[in-house]
Formats: sequence, structure tokens, C-alpha cells
Amino acid sequence: MNRTVVTAIPSLPPAQIAALAASYDRAIVRRRMRFAGGVIAFVLLLLLAAVGSEVSLTTFFAKLGNFTSYFYRILHLDSGAWVWTDFAEWFWGLKKWVVLIAETVLISYVGTIGGAFAVFLLNFLAARNVGPCLWLRIAVARGFELCRTVPGIVFALIFVIAFGLGPMAGVFAIMIHTTGALGKLYSEVVENIDMKPVEGVRATGASWITGIRFAVVPQVMASFASYTLLRFEINVREASVMGFVGAGGVGQELLVAVRKFYYSDVSAILILIIVLVFAIDISTGFLRHRLIGMEHTR
Amino acid sequence: MSRLPIDPNAGERLAQVYSASFARRYGGYIVGAAAFALFLFGLWYLEFSLTRTIKGLAQFGWIIAFMMPPNPGTQLPSYLSAMGETLSIALLGTTLAAVFALPFSLLAARNIIPSALLRFPTRRFLDSIRGVDTLIWALVWINVVGLGPFAGVLAIATSDFGAFGKLFSEAIETADRKPVEGIRSTGGGSLHEIRFGLLPQVLPVIAGQILYFIESNTRSATIIGIVGAGGIGLQLAEQIRVLEWQHVSFLILMILVAVAAIDFVSKRLRFAIIGRPATAAT
Repeated sequence: MNRTVVTAIPSLPPAQIAALAASYDRAIVRRRMRFAGGVIAFVLLLLLAAVGSEVSLTTFFAKLGNFTSYFYRILHLDSGAWVWTDFAEWFWGLKKWVVLIAETVLISYVGTIGGAFAVFLLNFLAARNVGPCLWLRIAVARGFELCRTVPGIVFALIFVIAFGLGPMAGVFAIMIHTTGALGKLYSEVVENIDMKPVEGVRATGASWITGIRFAVVPQVMASFASYTLLRFEINVREASVMGFVGAGGVGQELLVAVRKFYYSDVSAILILIIVLVFAIDISTGFLRHRLIGMEHTR
Repeated sequence: MSRLPIDPNAGERLAQVYSASFARRYGGYIVGAAAFALFLFGLWYLEFSLTRTIKGLAQFGWIIAFMMPPNPGTQLPSYLSAMGETLSIALLGTTLAAVFALPFSLLAARNIIPSALLRFPTRRFLDSIRGVDTLIWALVWINVVGLGPFAGVLAIATSDFGAFGKLFSEAIETADRKPVEGIRSTGGGSLHEIRFGLLPQVLPVIAGQILYFIESNTRSATIIGIVGAGGIGLQLAEQIRVLEWQHVSFLILMILVAVAAIDFVSKRLRFAIIGRPATAAT
């Protein structure tokens, strides 16, 4: 059925319309080809990765039953009853575990505070706008990057040899990693400040340190505290596995329970860790919202 | 023009308005002192001592000295293949997590599932998966599929599943309703609404997040080998245990280079997908 649509818009001659439509189609085809090319490249990469990481679907489906049965087993006591039928038996080591959980929190707390303190002293050197000189800025920024990229647990492995087994190695590992991670965030905060107060203070003849103290620090303190709280939350999660390499905290106990097949202990410790992470998550979230609120009312 | 009448008590009132309460004036100091006291308690409780610290730092200094220069010895081929394994684990784990997280994120998104009854448990479930560290998941999966990189893939997939579920659902929640309504007003069906209204908004965000996670998972994948789940972490832990410091520093260098390379590639791809951000800060 051929209708002529009468509109107020004058239509172009058919030849021009055809040319425009053709070029539109070409553009769409080009875009789709590029998209398809990307998808094909990605799938090829995935197949390569699957070969590289020895993925075998037959093992997976053959062993998938193990996954559910593993959870079934960690939720059963030795007597064969479900764990929640006998809390006293399930959490038999509660006292010991709570002490270890507290140690985990302390490790991450001391590591976070120590790292934050080091970063507080160093980050002004790495900020583009207030840094005193170029080579120092680059050196400090590279140092942060090194501390950030090497995973915390690798530092823990090395520190366990340097400091001996125990929480000290974990604290230093977390401290170093925190220094790297916060260093980047802190210096980015400093790079975004209002420079007028700094110029004002410097114009009175104040030294660099005085300028930082009275013009930069008051502007950045709230953001620093907020990022530090966020980091603390991440560090608690990280401290929970420091025990895997002997660097203190609840991880050692979990590793032993998993390796020796103390099934109900595994679930009990995992639940304690999850509860801890939730508690830290909620309380730091609350504190951060208060901090942000304070900043806005100022 | 007459002068403004001045309240004789103005000075007092001013002082009252500007007088800081006790909490306002000293609150910061009290919180700071408490935080510092807890820090000192932590140092004491965790058995920090100056002599141990100094000894340890001296030891660490020696280790750094032994690390120079980085040297793989004759092990270079096996290190390179371990690195390839690590990258494969990161890529595959992230992709698996994204594929499985997408349907769950729909369940956790407020604008798709308005009932809090279903949404809330989904969110808590995702949160508790996220609360468990990747290394712990690796331990669990090793029990299921045995030692090797496959356990690592599954560990990364599981822990990212929680993170992706949260991030995707947030991306879906912040999607603009207007394009969807526009499609509907021209007579499109509900499938058209999703395909032309919702997907073009959500997909670039999700793709950017996946790329970002591939990058950060390269970092995670370097360590899951420590518990036996494949990749370069196994080699690293072994070389540290046998005190082959030159090999250790070479492996760390390899990790740094690989992470920087993935960082570069994923940043380029991310810019290509979502466009360069207006400000330099990403």
C-alpha cells in the first residue's frame, strides 16, 4: 500500500534521500562490524584463558555436587545434627575465636592508623599543587604506587621472615599497603583544594610547613578521615586472611579448620567473620555519613 | 535616616550565639585522644617492642639488599607461564562473575523489584558473599574442585559475584526513566523498552565496571596461589619460603609490569566505551 504522507516538512528529492539513507546504513553496518569484532576477540581471549587456567567443565560438573555437599557438611555437627540445633556445640570455641577476631580488628586498626599517619606526613609532597619540588613528588608518588600494587599478603609473607611469626608482620604489611592506597587518594584530595587560602597564608611570609598547616590541612581533614575509615573497613577484610601466612588474626584458625576438615568450625568462624565485616561496614558507614554531614554544614 | 537601635545586651547575645558547646570545642580532641589510646593499646596487645621492630627492619633491609638485582635464574619460562595463568584466572573469573551477577542485580534493583521483601534478602546475601575474602573462597573451592587454577577462577568469580551484584543493581537503579517512557510513547513494547531504553544506558556503565574489576582482579589473582589455587602466587610463596630473594624480586617486578599493562589496556578500552571523563579524576 503506497500512501503519501502529507506533513509540514518539505521532503527531499528521492535521490538525496537514498544517498543519505545509504550513508546511514553504512555507518550502522560499520558500528555493528566493530562491535561484532570486539565480541569475537573477547570470546577468543576467553577461550585462550580457559585453556590457560585448565578449566574443565567435566570436572566442574562432576565435582559440583561437592560444593553443595561441602556446605551441607560445614552446617552439620560431628553428631550429624544441623548446627543450629546446638549452638553451644557449634560455637564451642567462641571465647577463643572472639579473642582472635578482636586481634584481627586491632591488627587492621593499628595498621590503618600507622599507615594513615605516614601518609599524612608524605602526601603533601606528592600533590601536584603544593608539592615543594618535582623529583621529590615523583619519588613519593612512585613509592606509593609500589606499596599499592604489591598485594598486602605478599608483604606479610616477607615480613613474617623479617619480623618472625605473629601479628607484628601483619600490622606492618597492612601499614605498607595502606600507605600506598591512601597516598594516592590523599594527594588527589589535596590536588582538588581551593588554592586561595594557601596563597593568602604564603603572602604573609609564612613557611611551606605553616602554609600546609593553616591553609591546606583544614580543607582536607574531613575527606582524609572519610577515606581512612573506608580503608579501615577494607583492611579488616584483609586482616582476616593474614593468618594464612602466619601473620596473626583469625585466619590461622580458619586455615587449620579448613585443612583438618573441622567442618562445623569452618562455618562458625566464617559466620563470625561475616558478622564482624557487617558490624564494621555499618559503623564506619555511619561515621562517614556524619563526617560528610559535618563538612556540608560548615 | 535614623540610627539603628542597638540592643544593650547585644554583646552578650553575640557571645551566646558564638559560644561553642563543650562537645563542639573538645569533642575532636577527646575522639583523637581515644583513638590514640586504642592505637597504643593495640601496640601493647600485639606485642610490639622497639628491639623487635629495629631487628626486623634491619632484617628487612638485608632482604632488600639480597633482592638486588632481580634475576629469574633458569626459571623464566615457568614464571611466564604462571603469569599467563594468573591473567587467565583474572579474565575468566571476572567474566563468570559478571554473567551470573546480572540476573541477581535485577532482583536487587529498586526500580525493577519494588518489593523490599525480596530485595532485602538478595542484598544481604550479596553482601555476605562480598564480606568473605577471595583467599577464603579459594580455600573453599580447593576442597571442591581440587588444587589448581580452576579453583582460583571460581574463587574470583564467587567473591566478585557479590561486588558485581551490588554495583550492577546501583547502575540499574540510577538509569533514567525518560528514554524508557519515550520508547513507550512511540508505541514500543516492553522488550523494546529494555533494548532501546534501558540497555544503552546501563551497558556502558557495566562494561566499565567489568574492565575495572579485571584490572583489580589481576592483583587478586597474583595472591590466590598462596593457598594453592594456581597462578604466580604459588611460585612467589615458594621462592619466599626458600629465601631465593632475587627470584622474589623478579616475580614482584613481573607482577608490577603485568598490572601496569592491564591497567593501561583497560583504561584505553574504558575510555573507548564510556568516553573520556570530563575531569581528569576517574
